[in-house]
Amino acid sequence: MFTQYFPSRSRRWGTAFSWGMFGLILILAPLALTSSFSHTLLSQIGIAIIVCLAYNILLGQGGMLSFGHAVYSGLGAFMAIHTLNLVSAGRLALPVSLIPLVGGLAGLAMALLLGWVSTRRAATPFAMITLGVGELVWAITLMFPGIFGGETGIAGNRVTGSGLFGITFGPQIQLYYLIAAYTLVCVLLMYAFTRTPLGRLLNAVRDNPERVEFIGFDPQMVRYLAFCVSGFFAGVSGGLGALQFEIVSSEVVGAARSGAYLLFVVLGGTSLFFGPIIGAVLMVLASVWLSELTAAWLLYLGLVFVVMVLVAPGGLASLVVVHLRYVAAKGLRNVGASYLALASSAAVMLLGGVLLVEMFYHRQVNAVLGPTLVLMGVSLDLSRLDVWFGATLLFVVGALLFAVSRRPFDRAWAEFHRQGQDGRADRPSGEPA
Amino acid sequence: MEYFAVSLLNGLSYGLLLFMLSSGLTLIFSMMGVLNFAHASFYMLGAYIGYSVSEVAGFWPGLLIAPLVVGGLGALFQRFLLRRVHAFGHVPELLITFGLSYLIVEVVQLIWGRSAVDYRKPPELDFAAFSIYGTQFPAYRLFLMGVALAMLACLSLVLKKSRLGLIIQAALTHPQTLEALGHNVPRVFMLVFGGGAALAGLAGAVGGAQFVTEPAMAATVGSIVFVVVVVGGLGSVRGAFVASMLIGLLDAFAAGSDRSLADVVHWLGLASEPAGVAEMVLRVRFSQVAAMLPYLLLVLVLVFRPRGLFGVREG
Repeated sequence: MFTQYFPSRSRRWGTAFSWGMFGLILILAPLALTSSFSHTLLSQIGIAIIVCLAYNILLGQGGMLSFGHAVYSGLGAFMAIHTLNLVSAGRLALPVSLIPLVGGLAGLAMALLLGWVSTRRAATPFAMITLGVGELVWAITLMFPGIFGGETGIAGNRVTGSGLFGITFGPQIQLYYLIAAYTLVCVLLMYAFTRTPLGRLLNAVRDNPERVEFIGFDPQMVRYLAFCVSGFFAGVSGGLGALQFEIVSSEVVGAARSGAYLLFVVLGGTSLFFGPIIGAVLMVLASVWLSELTAAWLLYLGLVFVVMVLVAPGGLASLVVVHLRYVAAKGLRNVGASYLALASSAAVMLLGGVLLVEMFYHRQVNAVLGPTLVLMGVSLDLSRLDVWFGATLLFVVGALLFAVSRRPFDRAWAEFHRQGQDGRADRPSGEPA
Repeated sequence: MEYFAVSLLNGLSYGLLLFMLSSGLTLIFSMMGVLNFAHASFYMLGAYIGYSVSEVAGFWPGLLIAPLVVGGLGALFQRFLLRRVHAFGHVPELLITFGLSYLIVEVVQLIWGRSAVDYRKPPELDFAAFSIYGTQFPAYRLFLMGVALAMLACLSLVLKKSRLGLIIQAALTHPQTLEALGHNVPRVFMLVFGGGAALAGLAGAVGGAQFVTEPAMAATVGSIVFVVVVVGGLGSVRGAFVASMLIGLLDAFAAGSDRSLADVVHWLGLASEPAGVAEMVLRVRFSQVAAMLPYLLLVLVLVFRPRGLFGVREG
């Protein structure tokens, strides 16, 4: 994890320390945030962490851009909810805590089957095939409402059987600790996977498949195996999701879900192991909070995503690492002033931009509510022209200031890079080292 | 017979629309190696711009303005965004077009609202061209088919015969030589991308009036277009044409049928009464399967002929 980027006496101790911190955070988080809403949120974050890391086995470690990974988490969720219902009906004796594993096995089985088709090609054809397979599975789930519940979905009840030591998974906190345990184990396993020979080969296949063939391995087989590993963990996450929500509908295999995995994993950062964890936290916060806050949240997400791909292809994780090194190298002193200028002009530009977007959205979507928009406690009368003029002015002035203050910043940044402080952290994932 | 004729005509017109869309996509892919994930979004943009122009100046100017505007936007996107990430490799290229598709949907909703707009066919073409077995075939569909065929003809003429086509083909195989001869290769790429986007814009302006113009239209047609391009063979315009027709016909014949596999089994004189899962699968009507047939075809093609119908083996 990230401590390896600090100068430390022993790297092993650093790694152990960061895993300890990760475990501690998982254990202590629900004690710090005590409301049941935050427990639900934390549970969702745990589930998202598993699936985002599973996705990154493909994208970050294997260079395989998938547009249909929700298939494996989604079918895992369906398998899990059906198993849960069998347990509830008394036709199967299985502890509820093992049901996510059933989901994982379903994900693995689907990956064994569909992954063989998908991984026959790499790069762009792979992306298109996963898109097609995703649409195929989605169409199938709609065709058989008996199995997949159609539009309404399949419901279940996770409180079933005799709870061991009084643990029934009824209260959210009990389920949270189950999810946390799964998250910790899965993250450890996926980290371990990156250190195995197969994990290393996968990196080699990403960077130069031809050379891998020369040393006697089959890149297609390596991709296939990695795909299956990823499918398993995605399925586990789907199974946990089934326990969490107690309802599974066909949207869990849909293209929107797959797109969200892709978007947030890239935002978090694909080139470092912990990047997708940041992405997972953002995914849950965005879909729960940001979507409540504004109707235009998808627009903001798309913009942030495009800017991230353009400016920092390594995602947030690479930004964090670069800045940590920057601080460690005492570089912040040189760039501090221009950073401040950049940030403040960006803030002005953003304020103007957000105002404009919100005003447009209000006019377009909420026109029935009248011309008054309440934003951050300030009410704006959209029928007045000066409001529009002011917002546009803010945006334009901010953009101009931003363009001006970028130059000294770029210069300072380039200087830092030239000194050879920066290495592979912000290297884009798909590019050969 | 009636079912056959109607399905054939529907399939042909749907297939030709798919071709209009996939030709631009496959053109861009074969020239630049970039899969434009936002291609269907350009199609949607074309439909909306066509609608806006038709509100002001009538239907026909829209057919000219929509491709021009969409093509210009595509060229700008290539020039200022795509070219910047090109150095990073194919994954960031795909990602940026993916992000663009997100953005276009949201911007369309911002400008034109979330519900469908009333984009109408021109009154000159709003009549039945002929009727077969009592089913009337609208003249606008004929027009749509004509536009697609004209597009096919122009595209192959320009690419094969004109000087511009020669330059474009040379830019694909010998970019350095072409640059040495004094041609601006990056500008050729920009033109190709803009041209592909313009084709999508035209398809939108024509197709939007026939089908529904709504924010979801990019998503509904987008994945099918990818299927067409993969099935036809990446980068092959001829393959895109054959695959579009194949998928259009497949879709129309399946959608128009109210039979199920059980009927086929019965007709063949096989099996008595199936039960359990087998019954459930057999009871599904072909019309319900229609939505997944293209994807099934995709998987089959990938299993038996991974490079697509007309694709060349990857080098």
